[in-house]
Amino acid sequence: MRVPTTRILWLAALLAALAFPFLTDNLYFLSIVITAFITAIAVYGLNVLVGETGQLSLAHAGFFGIGAYTAGILAVRFDLSFWLALPTAVAVTAFLGFLVGMVALRTRGDYFAIFTLGVGVVITGILDLWEGVTGGTDGLIGVPPPTRIGPLTFESLEAQYYLYLFCLALTILAVRNLSRSLVGRTLLAIRNDEHLAEAIGINVGRTKRLSFTISTSLAGFAGALYAPFLGYLGPSVSGLVMMFNMLLYLMIGGAASLAGPLVGTLLLMAATQGLLAFEEYQLLILGPLLVLSIIFAPTGIAGLVNRIGQRLSDRKTKPGPSAAPSSPSPKNRARPSHAPPHAEAGN
Amino acid sequence: MTLFFQQLVNGIALGSIYGLVALGLTLVYGVLKIPNFAHGALYMVGAYITFVAAVVYGMGYIGAIAVAVIVLAGIGVALERVVFNPLRHAPRLHSMIAALGVLLFLEAGAQLAWGAEFRRLPSPFSGTVVLFGLPVATQRLLVIVAAVAVMIGLSLFLKRTTTGAAIEAMAQDRAGALLVGIDTRKIAMLTFAISAALAAFAAALVAPLNLISPTMGEAVNLKAFVIIILGGMGSIPGAVVGGYLLALVEVLGGTYISSSFSQLIAFAVLVVVLAFRPTGLFTRGV
Repeated sequence: MRVPTTRILWLAALLAALAFPFLTDNLYFLSIVITAFITAIAVYGLNVLVGETGQLSLAHAGFFGIGAYTAGILAVRFDLSFWLALPTAVAVTAFLGFLVGMVALRTRGDYFAIFTLGVGVVITGILDLWEGVTGGTDGLIGVPPPTRIGPLTFESLEAQYYLYLFCLALTILAVRNLSRSLVGRTLLAIRNDEHLAEAIGINVGRTKRLSFTISTSLAGFAGALYAPFLGYLGPSVSGLVMMFNMLLYLMIGGAASLAGPLVGTLLLMAATQGLLAFEEYQLLILGPLLVLSIIFAPTGIAGLVNRIGQRLSDRKTKPGPSAAPSSPSPKNRARPSHAPPHAEAGN
Repeated sequence: MTLFFQQLVNGIALGSIYGLVALGLTLVYGVLKIPNFAHGALYMVGAYITFVAAVVYGMGYIGAIAVAVIVLAGIGVALERVVFNPLRHAPRLHSMIAALGVLLFLEAGAQLAWGAEFRRLPSPFSGTVVLFGLPVATQRLLVIVAAVAVMIGLSLFLKRTTTGAAIEAMAQDRAGALLVGIDTRKIAMLTFAISAALAAFAAALVAPLNLISPTMGEAVNLKAFVIIILGGMGSIPGAVVGGYLLALVEVLGGTYISSSFSQLIAFAVLVVVLAFRPTGLFTRGV
């Protein structure tokens, strides 16, 4: 009953996205939406690991940076076409992600978060210090926009918009298929209870490495799209603020949901445009916003919308006193599919 | 030989700072099981409060340290009440993400209040004393003596007082502590207060030696985590020993191998330790 509604919503979103360049002449708006599309791809990658597998990686922005710098360096220093640089950058990021995952995933929980925090710091440090290759603090300047492929050229911003929209749609489809597949269910099983997952025969280590590699590949993909769009890169693309922003978009939008990363990224990037003049001070508002949303709406916007939808459909299917929202059940009902069980807390 | 001796003193002074910061981090982890990613930011705010009290309000250095310690203890309690206590029953992931939010909030706040530029706190103890026939900066000596005194004081507090025993009891078992009548709410607040106060004290001691900036806490934060992983998450002696060990390796390695080496050593230690012992070096049984 609810499936068609979601499908209609996705279709409407797609139509709106396709029509958007015709509705505005403002190239500034267009470029904000493109940035949001690219960031959303990375946030989808983060969602695979944090939302679905329940592992907090603080190196995600680092892998975004690796993808961006690989694509940028290949284009600037080796004159490689965008269409070769893109898959190479994704492959490099995926491979490095696999290697890091091999070591990092030997640790669990808090240790994993701390370890990946260190990985992120080191990646930013390397981007900053390896001046001969990355351009150091000055950054990498003059990354060319996507080159033509066949009859398609990407000189205009509108053309680039559709390219990035296509990449985002591809990502969403892939992530959707992943979460509906057996692997996706396995990830959820690990998130909900690692020991139980192991007991029912899931190869937890291998599945987590797979999840980590998928997640870093998407970060690399997003990074490799970011470099040619922006045209220049600095070490801050992989920094702590970027990491924070991605987590913020994910948590506000709703972790472990399909629409959450997109909704969170679009909404917050649009909202923070007004704060752009105070870029350094944005975090004065966004920091507490993240904390508040985790305390009061841990399932994010997607979770809230789902809960409201569920309550509405409950009211339709079984009218009468049982649908009264005063009973404690609606809260519990919405929980299993969106948030890890709270049982693990306190020990 | 003079160089070695001086670097040894530098290492011990740095280790005293690391030890104090790591102590606060390990205390919160041990008692509340929260990896507080905002700990480095508390250290940074502590340095600024010392700076403001000493330079802007013209208090003496010692008075400024006291102000910073008290203010940060208050901030610690507020953090526990406002952020971490409401997340007590939420998945661990959520407290960690919230801590990141606090970290960036404090950094942005410091930048708004005091600007992004580096600041220097003049030390009233700028001279040198001669120790075993070799000159040592008075400030460094002060760092070492004060830090060791605080470490001894803290361990006496934890081992010899009822409140200290209550903290240890809660570290072992929160529900059990509650059952035997310990006010776990108060202990949680106290733990955060002590943790933040230790960070402020360390920052106040080091402020005359280093520059103060809104991002000064980031490197220290990571190092403190490396130290408590080395020493065992939640272990008090482990944090002290780990702090001195990391600082000595950093300083001596930086002197005799290369200075960029000292920046990387903390991470190298982290990778090697966790690659071979994924649960840390001295993990207590769960």
